[in-house]
Amino acid sequence: MGTMNKDVWVFIEQRNGKPADVSFELLSKGRKLAENLKSNLKAVVIGSKVKSLAEETFKFGSTETFVVDHPELEHFRTLPYSRILTELVENYKPRVLLFGATVIGRDLAPRVASHTKSGLTADCTDLQISTVKYLKKDYEDLLLQIRPAFGGNIIATIITPDVEIQMATVREGVMRLEPLPIPVNGKITNIPYAPNDVDELIKIIEQHRQENKVNLKGAPIIVSGGYGMGTKENFKLIHELASTIGGEVAGSRAAVDAGFVSVDRQVGQTGVTVRPKLYIACGISGAIQHRAGMKESNKIIAINTDPDAPIFGVAHYGIVGDAMQIIPMFVNVFKQKLR
Amino acid sequence: MGLHSIVMVKQVPDTANISGQVMKEDGTVNRAKLPAIFNHEDRVALELALQIKDSYGGSVSVITMGPPRASDVLRECLFMGADEAILISDRKFAGADTLATSYVLSEAIKKIGKYDFVFAGRQAIDGDTAQVGPQTAEKLNIPQITYVEEVLEVSNSKVKVKRKIDGGFEILEATLPVLLTVLKDAAFPRPYKAKRIMAYKNAKTLMELEKLTEGNSLLYIDQLKDEYQTKKLYIQTLTMDDLKLDEERCGVHGSPTKVHKIESVVLAGGNHEMIEPNKNGVSYLIDKLMEDHILG
Repeated sequence: MGTMNKDVWVFIEQRNGKPADVSFELLSKGRKLAENLKSNLKAVVIGSKVKSLAEETFKFGSTETFVVDHPELEHFRTLPYSRILTELVENYKPRVLLFGATVIGRDLAPRVASHTKSGLTADCTDLQISTVKYLKKDYEDLLLQIRPAFGGNIIATIITPDVEIQMATVREGVMRLEPLPIPVNGKITNIPYAPNDVDELIKIIEQHRQENKVNLKGAPIIVSGGYGMGTKENFKLIHELASTIGGEVAGSRAAVDAGFVSVDRQVGQTGVTVRPKLYIACGISGAIQHRAGMKESNKIIAINTDPDAPIFGVAHYGIVGDAMQIIPMFVNVFKQKLR
Repeated sequence: MGLHSIVMVKQVPDTANISGQVMKEDGTVNRAKLPAIFNHEDRVALELALQIKDSYGGSVSVITMGPPRASDVLRECLFMGADEAILISDRKFAGADTLATSYVLSEAIKKIGKYDFVFAGRQAIDGDTAQVGPQTAEKLNIPQITYVEEVLEVSNSKVKVKRKIDGGFEILEATLPVLLTVLKDAAFPRPYKAKRIMAYKNAKTLMELEKLTEGNSLLYIDQLKDEYQTKKLYIQTLTMDDLKLDEERCGVHGSPTKVHKIESVVLAGGNHEMIEPNKNGVSYLIDKLMEDHILG
């Protein structure tokens, strides 16, 4: 190859044949990265009976989708999936390869990166293409991999200047889902799969999966509580406010760790990223990981006793006060106004 | 039957307890000011390895790659019940990303030799990447199971585990050897035994022994090392040369990822409207939200 391949690839994750939302979010972002690189967006689908799923990638701009379709590939297994992807990457050498930072993505990506000696950055909150000067050398069109680091006290921009393939994982909900008005006329490239005895080293005995009952991502109003709520008993106020104004209940990581609220309701970098029309943060100090998961909400109300709490930095309305007093007030006044 | 486990542990800065002193004025982190702690999920990994030893016999070795002061964590592992602790330390390892780290760790594991399990925490709290485990497994050319919630059954050549998946769990059966990365609730780490604390509090790495010989012409390092080895108080210390590593794959040279820019988290602040913390304030706020069709 004379000129370097600059294609942007996205690994399309499927569970029971259904695509993960994050994969299409990454295609939406990848399309912009490919535009910046003046290259092509491509996708990889591995599974069983995944042809129609593969065709869905065209709605998000994939110009070529590699499909590895085999009954043995129905469920994700580290060894065959990483072998397939490693071989594809070695043969085609994309410039960028993106994964959802899901359990599957975080299992698969490091294995592929290790084998191909690629750079890999976990849990990016933003991706950009830019020309970079690093150690007095100019690098054209590098992938800037932006993520909070060190417990969220800093934002680091990571680059992988001297390797061919730049890999990154991104949490679900971080990038916006943007289907094209008209699907592109992409092509499907079927890749044969050869089973290997090594794959039998790990067997799936059982698998249990439930549809997520909590739909934070789709909720127009979210009432969220933090460690500042103090006790699980006090956290009931969050439920009361949520049910009064028709919202979903959520919490910060600290509230989840303290057992106030279940982990499937965690908002933030390691939880769900949300963009509701109203987000009420009660007793949440607002560590960057939390803010990363809610700062794009349309309107944010912060209630906190500490006037210097970072949550006020992203809020539209701030109430410096005790959530234990403010919430009941809010509930009562709201009910009166509805009458 | 006897099963041998190798546990990869890490000393991490206590990122949850960052005080003003720790953040430098330019917004970077002053690592030296941070309290260093035993990464919790790694401690859970050690507990699982010890449980396997308790039930089936065998042994548990612990390794860590880090600066000399990471020996603190290794002593804690000895207090918990590890049979052997190994420090892998070299200035040339500085600046290692997950790829370079997994190279060093996998080479150290190969040097230790035969093993049935490699354990590690799912991720360390300073980077939260969860990459070193899978990358080490790939380099050892063994299978991996990440996000382990419970070890269900161990037999001579197989292990059955429950692991978390998105939206649920799965039960997997693996043929040994396998690398497992474990979640924090997979086991409850045992407390230190007083007897073991007494026995191992003076265990020392090579660097720590070298410190003892400094300014003392009567002490010779080789002699001291022998003495500590005989008393089983020597923490084996391996450098890049001891492991015959390729320098190009270690530390900053062997790390494809580079930090291009670091910004401290500066908050915009001041852009929000302050609402009085009383009935009037709340009433005004609700009216505004209703006008904007956000509420009601």
